[in-house]
Amino acid sequence: MSLTLRDVSTGYGRRRVIAGLSLPDLRSGEVTTLAGPNAAGKSTLLKAIAGLAPFTGQIALDGQDLAQLSAPARAKIVGFMPQSLPSGASLNVLETVITALRASGERAVTEPPETRAMAVLLRLGIDHLALAGLDQLSGGQRQMVSLAQAIVRAPRLLLLDEPTSALDLARQVRLLSEVRRIAAEGRIVLTVLHDLALAARWSDRIAILHKGGLYAFGPPAEVVTPAMLGEVYGVIARVERCSQGHLMVQIDGEIPGGASGAGAKERGAQA
Amino acid sequence: MSGSELLDRYHRQNRRRAALVGAMAVFALIAVLVDLTTGPSGLPLSETIRTLTGAEVPRGTSVIVWQVRLPVAVMALLVGAALALAGAEMQTVLENPLAEPFTLGVSAAAALGAGVAIVLGLTIPFLPPAWGITANAFLFSLGALGLLQLMGRLRGGGPEVLILFGIALNFTAAAFLSLLQFVASAEDLQQLVIWTMGSLQAVNWGSVTILALVIAVTVPFALMASWKLTALRLGEEQARGFGVDVTALRRWALLRVSLLAATAVSMVGVIGFIGLAGPHIARMLVGEDHRFLLPASIFTGALLMSAASTLSKLLITGTLLPVGLVTSLIGLPVFFWLILRGRPGR
Repeated sequence: MSLTLRDVSTGYGRRRVIAGLSLPDLRSGEVTTLAGPNAAGKSTLLKAIAGLAPFTGQIALDGQDLAQLSAPARAKIVGFMPQSLPSGASLNVLETVITALRASGERAVTEPPETRAMAVLLRLGIDHLALAGLDQLSGGQRQMVSLAQAIVRAPRLLLLDEPTSALDLARQVRLLSEVRRIAAEGRIVLTVLHDLALAARWSDRIAILHKGGLYAFGPPAEVVTPAMLGEVYGVIARVERCSQGHLMVQIDGEIPGGASGAGAKERGAQA
Repeated sequence: MSGSELLDRYHRQNRRRAALVGAMAVFALIAVLVDLTTGPSGLPLSETIRTLTGAEVPRGTSVIVWQVRLPVAVMALLVGAALALAGAEMQTVLENPLAEPFTLGVSAAAALGAGVAIVLGLTIPFLPPAWGITANAFLFSLGALGLLQLMGRLRGGGPEVLILFGIALNFTAAAFLSLLQFVASAEDLQQLVIWTMGSLQAVNWGSVTILALVIAVTVPFALMASWKLTALRLGEEQARGFGVDVTALRRWALLRVSLLAATAVSMVGVIGFIGLAGPHIARMLVGEDHRFLLPASIFTGALLMSAASTLSKLLITGTLLPVGLVTSLIGLPVFFWLILRGRPGR
């Protein structure tokens, strides 16, 4: 199973955010991280793949052109976890996950939707929240619910837009290890992460987006380098290995004058 | 608690909600019976029920029940149901708890249409004069919602844009109505003012049938969209991610809202706040799973409107108050409460 992106351009209205981007095929069983400075087009690209933003070029899953599919058909094979958290509706957690399953018009095939939804909550360790109102949850809890909504249809391709932004350290680890398990089941996972150390630790490959195109793509150790951090993010950085061999990214400061990257202006870029 | 225990509780909760919806339906029917027994000529409940079940009753009683009171009572029920369903769908698709046909200019446009018929005598040619005002009100309110959709589409159709256009439409229609009132003769002015207060007195079985048909056609489609509407309550991005075509959902929901609101308002005049209070009370009772929320809104609206119809006869002895005035008096506190509660997005 593979996801193909060829010559993809996307944006909002007339504004092009990504222009003519091609990626080596993403394979099942792997977690790929999209990274890059703010406004590099990471979320927009993810939305284009999810069918939520218009694009030109080819985005295909196993040779099936995703643009040709209807929204419900696409939702069956593509799970999307948006950056925005589910709003505080008067619904409990279980209801929202059932809704994620039923809204695309999918009928119960083997087991009732509520059983499937409950199984997902159990898997993510949030089953105790099943009957809690969405409006009573913390941001982090809502983010876990959002992941449950994205995976309940057991999609072949899982797209995650900054899935750890509202999570504390323990939950970041829990979510990302769960994401690894999901990939290990033979799914393709593509996630946006700002934290490059986290990305290096949990993903198989990293794609760095910069100035509307692909700057680098490959295993973390090849992509996350001081040269890349300087050029793309405009920061002076060291990349070292810890005693266990994991990559560690140390940011020492900004490059005076902003280097060549937009990152110097975008102080929000973290690594 | 184990997974199966939680699922049991979820199922129990749903059964309780279904029971609540059923209870609201029963209360609405009781309210209609009470409405039927209220009026200048005192008819006891037993006599009313005997008449309805076809027992032998004096001809006068039969006429009062079948020709005078029943159309009015049924119309109250239907108008309440239509406006509350319209309000519930509007609040969801426009993602705003204060959205309803009344706040977004539908009623004001209907009043302007009625004003054009009453003051200027302009209406659809070849139509029986009795239907002129209704036809104008219907066309104007449908036009207002059509304009709203069109403007929204030009600007991308987001909920904020639609809300702002709705408010602008409301003020525009009100301004033109003031102009008409200024140039109207004393007699026309009185008729127009009374129309804008909302009244059930002019209804007959013909208008009841038309509204019943509109409800019968729109309700199944609304119920079929209930999962999608629930999904939209989680946020537009979420719903799109679940495979919901939000643009189409919004367009079809607003079409249903247009038909329901335009038909209801054109037949009974301006009725405020039922479209706001009905869905909010329903939401408190059954939550936001639209499989329950939509029917609960329908019955709550019907109940409120029947109660308002009864109150309009009782509040001042010997005087029949315009029912729109009564619904506003009931609804305004709800409106203020919603604002003061200060929890946006609910």
